[in-house]
Amino acid sequence: MNRNVIFFAVASVLLAGCHTDMWRQNKSAPLSQNDFFPDGQASRPLLAGTIAKGHERKDDAFFTGAKGGKWVNELPVPLSKKLLLRGQERYNIFCSPCHGQVGDGNGMIANRGFTLKRPVGNYHTDRLRNMPVGHFYDVITNGYGTMYSYASRIEPSDRWAIVAYVKALQLSQNAPLADADPVALEESLKPKEDKAHAEGAKH
Amino acid sequence: MAQIFKPSANHITTAALYGVVLGVPTVWLAIAALSRSPANTKVNVPINQPVPFSHQHHAWELGIDCRYCHANVEKSSYAGVPSTETCMSCHSQIWKNSPLLEPVRQSYETGTPLKWNLVNQLPHFVHFNHSIHVARGINCNTCHGPVQHMHITYKGNPFQMKWCLECHRAPDRHIYKDESRPDLEPRQQVFNLYWKYQKDGLKGLNLRERSLMVGTFDGTNDGKERAKGKELVKYYGIKVQQLADCSVCHY
Ligand code: HEC
Ligand code: HEC
Ligand code: HEC
Ligand code: HEC
Ligand code: HEC
Ligand code: HEC
Repeated sequence: MNRNVIFFAVASVLLAGCHTDMWRQNKSAPLSQNDFFPDGQASRPLLAGTIAKGHERKDDAFFTGAKGGKWVNELPVPLSKKLLLRGQERYNIFCSPCHGQVGDGNGMIANRGFTLKRPVGNYHTDRLRNMPVGHFYDVITNGYGTMYSYASRIEPSDRWAIVAYVKALQLSQNAPLADADPVALEESLKPKEDKAHAEGAKH
Repeated sequence: MAQIFKPSANHITTAALYGVVLGVPTVWLAIAALSRSPANTKVNVPINQPVPFSHQHHAWELGIDCRYCHANVEKSSYAGVPSTETCMSCHSQIWKNSPLLEPVRQSYETGTPLKWNLVNQLPHFVHFNHSIHVARGINCNTCHGPVQHMHITYKGNPFQMKWCLECHRAPDRHIYKDESRPDLEPRQQVFNLYWKYQKDGLKGLNLRERSLMVGTFDGTNDGKERAKGKELVKYYGIKVQQLADCSVCHY
């Protein structure tokens, strides 16, 4: 009896940590591998046309940027400062590497060779200034020419926030002087650190 | 009756006693040292990857936001590594003939994902969640080391239970608010720090931010900073008493 107790006590100390089957369990995490499927992924892609319960995409204008075969001309979401700020944040993450922070097509990546084949879009042209908002939504969703689709990383509500911000950028770069707030204008004409210079420090 | 033990047995007994007294702790310490050494924890050991992807190049020199590639880190438990499509959104045009990028192009053409070797991995009986940590303004580098300067990604911290608990027991040593940007949400402050560092270099940062960017931040012991941390902990409603309960991470 006594011997057994000692034996088990010693054995349990010596064998502790020998089992590692709980460390690597036979379960799948996002992005883990599974050789059962031809593409080796454990997470299966959704079949075309899959709709999660309660997520039917009925609102064409919101989900495709077009209604009745024509691009919508008005934002399908209420415009607010919050929306613009969200748009600014998302724009700086996903678009500014190529299009630049002011949308002139002079981002870091554009300068590093993306323009070799076709120039990165500049938002400040008459054609794009007159383009309905639906077109911008469509470019983010489906890509445009050499620009890839961003649909997998930006959800529809954020895409509209970006569109609103791009429209604001267009206004900001092409505003008539009469629209400017006189106080802010005077402030902006005072000599101070050049914005382009501050950005240049990044390069 | 003949003697069983010769006089020399005395020496053997003494030696054995010393051996037990000194040897056991030595072995104990050796095991403890080994389990904390990079050989076991893999801290600072760069991991081979199918493509020599460099964060130093993409995140620092090109200034691409972490979220361009790790798009889910703010809203999901899992940060995830980017899809091949994400690489191709640039590399369909840039360096499109580079032999280093051949596996990326192969993967894109065949639809078979790249197999990145995980650098950070917890045992499966531990649950971790990125979104809650990012939502409390905890910078990626607190846990991952100076990622934006890594040529080949390596682990910045051991991720042993003791290490997680050091923060969970006293989150006020880590939580802070960037006072130069009160308009930012905590989650935005995490990424803004990289932009700030890009723009002004180390000179533009305070002590804490500097050590975060260099990857040496280990919690503050400064009384004033901790008092501010405590206030934030209260403001966020973090229940410090429960944060170190086993069931937070093991369930
Ligand atoms: C990897 C670089 C890159 C990124 C990132 C990028 N774009 Fe583009 N974009 C381009 C290029 C290149 C073109 C020009 C395509 C062409 O003409 O073939 C373009 C064109 C455009 C155009 C002009 C379309 C037209 O009708 O002329 C718009 C609008 C646009 N992009 C919006 C965006 C938005 C919004 C984002 C962020 C979600 C974004 N882009 C991110 C490279 C990029
Ligand atoms: C251009 C895309 C890109 C950007 C931008 C980027 N990463 Fe990554 N990241 C990757 C890829 C690809 C991997 C997987 C390969 C590797 O481990 O190096 C990775 C891996 C990681 C890992 C290790 C994951 C593991 O295997 O455990 C961490 C941590 C990480 N990134 C953090 C960051 C942080 C923090 C930033 C922002 C400063 C950032 N990344 C920006 C593409 C990117
Ligand atoms: C936002 C654009 C962008 C994205 C996204 C991007 N890269 Fe890059 N990458 C670049 C640029 C620009 C260069 C280098 C150009 C230079 O040095 O001027 C580069 C260089 C590289 C190189 C070095 C190539 C060589 O021959 O020296 C590798 C490898 C690489 N990238 C891998 C990746 C991988 C893997 C991904 C996907 C996780 C990725 N990149 C995503 C822009 C990008
Ligand atoms: C509190 C510590 C902590 C913070 C802060 C943190 N991470 Fe992580 N990260 C981890 C741990 C732990 C893992 C391993 C997770 C696992 O194996 O389940 C991990 C894994 C990863 C991975 C590998 C893929 C995955 O999700 O397992 C990437 C990529 C990553 N982190 C990126 C980031 C980025 C980008 C940030 C900043 C926005 C960040 N992390 C902030 C602790 C942290
Ligand atoms: C730098 C500090 C820090 C580090 C390091 C850290 N955590 Fe946390 N963790 C927090 C904070 C703060 C919270 C948020 C608590 C809250 O808001 O209620 C949290 C929350 C969590 C939660 C969610 C709790 C809940 O209520 O759902 C889990 C799970 C967790 N952490 C696991 C880990 C693991 C595992 C590690 C080690 C790999 C780790 N953490 C490292 C600070 C940290
Ligand atoms: C903050 C998250 C966290 C909390 C809270 C936590 N653990 Fe852990 N635990 C971990 C991590 C991370 C590991 C993995 C350590 C490693 O990889 O070496 C771990 C590992 C373990 C192991 C296996 C250790 C080994 O080396 O075999 C045990 C047993 C354990 N925990 C028990 C507990 C108990 C009991 C509690 C409550 C008192 C607890 N844990 C609370 C994060 C946590």
